[in-house]
Amino acid sequence: MNASLDLQSASQRIPGNFGASHGQEPVLTAHDISITYEVEPPVHAVKNVSLTLHRGEILGLAGESGCGKSTLAYGLNQLLKPPALLRSGDVTFHDQGGTDIDVVGLEGDALRAFRWDKISMVFQGAMNSLNPVITVRAQLFDVFTTHRPGMSKKEKEERSQELLRQVGVDPSRLDSYAHQLSGGMRQRVMIAMALALNPQVMIMDEPTTALDVVVQRGILRELMRLRETFGFAVIFITHDLPLLLEISDRIAVMLRGEIVELNSAANIYARPQHEYTQRLLGSFPSLTGDRGAFIRTGEAI
Amino acid sequence: MKNLEVKHVVKDFRLAGGRGRKFRAVDDVSFTLEPGKTIALVGESGSGKSTVARMIAKLEVPTSGEILLDGKASATRGRALDSYRHNVQMVFQDPFASLNPFHTIRHHLERPLRLHDKAKTTAEVDEQVAHLLERVNLVPTASVALRRPHELSGGQRQRVAIARALAPGARFLIADEPVSMLDVSIRLSVLNLLARLQREDNLGVLYITHDLATARHFSDEIMVMFKGKVVERGPSDEVIRNPQHEYTKLLLSAAPNPENQGRLREEVLAEMNLGAQATDRDRFGTRGM
Repeated sequence: MNASLDLQSASQRIPGNFGASHGQEPVLTAHDISITYEVEPPVHAVKNVSLTLHRGEILGLAGESGCGKSTLAYGLNQLLKPPALLRSGDVTFHDQGGTDIDVVGLEGDALRAFRWDKISMVFQGAMNSLNPVITVRAQLFDVFTTHRPGMSKKEKEERSQELLRQVGVDPSRLDSYAHQLSGGMRQRVMIAMALALNPQVMIMDEPTTALDVVVQRGILRELMRLRETFGFAVIFITHDLPLLLEISDRIAVMLRGEIVELNSAANIYARPQHEYTQRLLGSFPSLTGDRGAFIRTGEAI
Repeated sequence: MKNLEVKHVVKDFRLAGGRGRKFRAVDDVSFTLEPGKTIALVGESGSGKSTVARMIAKLEVPTSGEILLDGKASATRGRALDSYRHNVQMVFQDPFASLNPFHTIRHHLERPLRLHDKAKTTAEVDEQVAHLLERVNLVPTASVALRRPHELSGGQRQRVAIARALAPGARFLIADEPVSMLDVSIRLSVLNLLARLQREDNLGVLYITHDLATARHFSDEIMVMFKGKVVERGPSDEVIRNPQHEYTKLLLSAAPNPENQGRLREEVLAEMNLGAQATDRDRFGTRGM
């Protein structure tokens, strides 16, 4: 695929165009996924999860540590490493051209070409997912060298600068190493890398957990803007339910490897059905509401 | 005067490679921690709130200003520092890093008990360890005492850290983001535990956090720090409901709030229609925002 063509098609998409259409056409379907950590005794991290991600939507995946949300995300992108094993289930990616790709069946070069190009990922831990010994430019170029071998050096440079601009980082930062960037900037660079190939799906695993609220707000705003511009779908994984309620279209709540509730953000907030969702909502004291909503009881709840 | 007073404290750090270039991390901060009261210190990463905590815990020496315990200047070394530490203890952010993986829970509690002369014989240690673990709801105490940190969950570890801080009979606790590494569903129970212990022992607590919601609910007073300075302070509800300083307003608007469902999207769309580039970037020059 030609990179400049790809760029063109991206810029042709009209901002806000996805507002009306998303929620209809699926871009990623997972059916009956079970993932086990093959240790003694085996840990069933994900149990028979089925999930549909629609084009251009933000799907929040909520749950606490150990509930299997990251494992599920890795499973969707075939990134599981032993002892994790996908026991059953299939993942289908519905490409823009209309062809369906069986993600679980991909191997070798086909898998390498698929990853990052169709589904990219922003990993947990903004602080340490960049390579500390090469510059930001080298890392971005690496993506293009692998996936767009036809690109000239000039094209790569232009595209890299454009990407940094899109995420709100000064293009001169291409010369920087990771340690010269603040946490927020590192995470923005990670998002730039995830955007590099115009993926249709972006999986974000706790992308803002290590950042403070003001920086987090800046990144969320950027993400929302980029989503409107490029129309990619997002799986946003976090335990911060208030955050998900604010940005997601739909939210899936995970508990012990199972999705116990999946509904629109509005419904999750107004009418949580599952007892666990209610409990999760209750664990966030309200910032602006009445004090009565939560009282310093001094007793363990 | 039974209180812990921080008076006009300043901390400069020398910058690497600069001949005498300095960075002022804390700039003239004063407050008084009273028994039974909680003060929340709120601010973003790099605002200097942890440096304040470290100076109170005597892990850093202030460039100028002083810290008074019960009206008397506090020591920086020797016996006098030991006696200061009987009274002032710290709970750190990361319970995975603040406990030694090599030692049992009992050892973690035995050390402060012995160092501060709270227990001399093994029987006394056993009794006090059991009592401390019971107070932080880690039961059965006998079996918990023999475990090592990796056998406990994050919340349980933080309870051990709290018990360790209480072991010398501390009257003032400095809690530096005590729940930010914990799962949301257990954060409140740890905070509630702190609140109960505070009531039982009439502890003065400095609660350092960037979470305004829990700051509001768990403290009597909120101080907002920005670039080393306290820019706003007042009763918690007052600060949240009626923020005066621009930075406090920014912090409040940045906190996720389910009430704002869909608003971010509308704002972004409106902004894009105006052709504006994310306008509020670098307001306040917040690093990397």
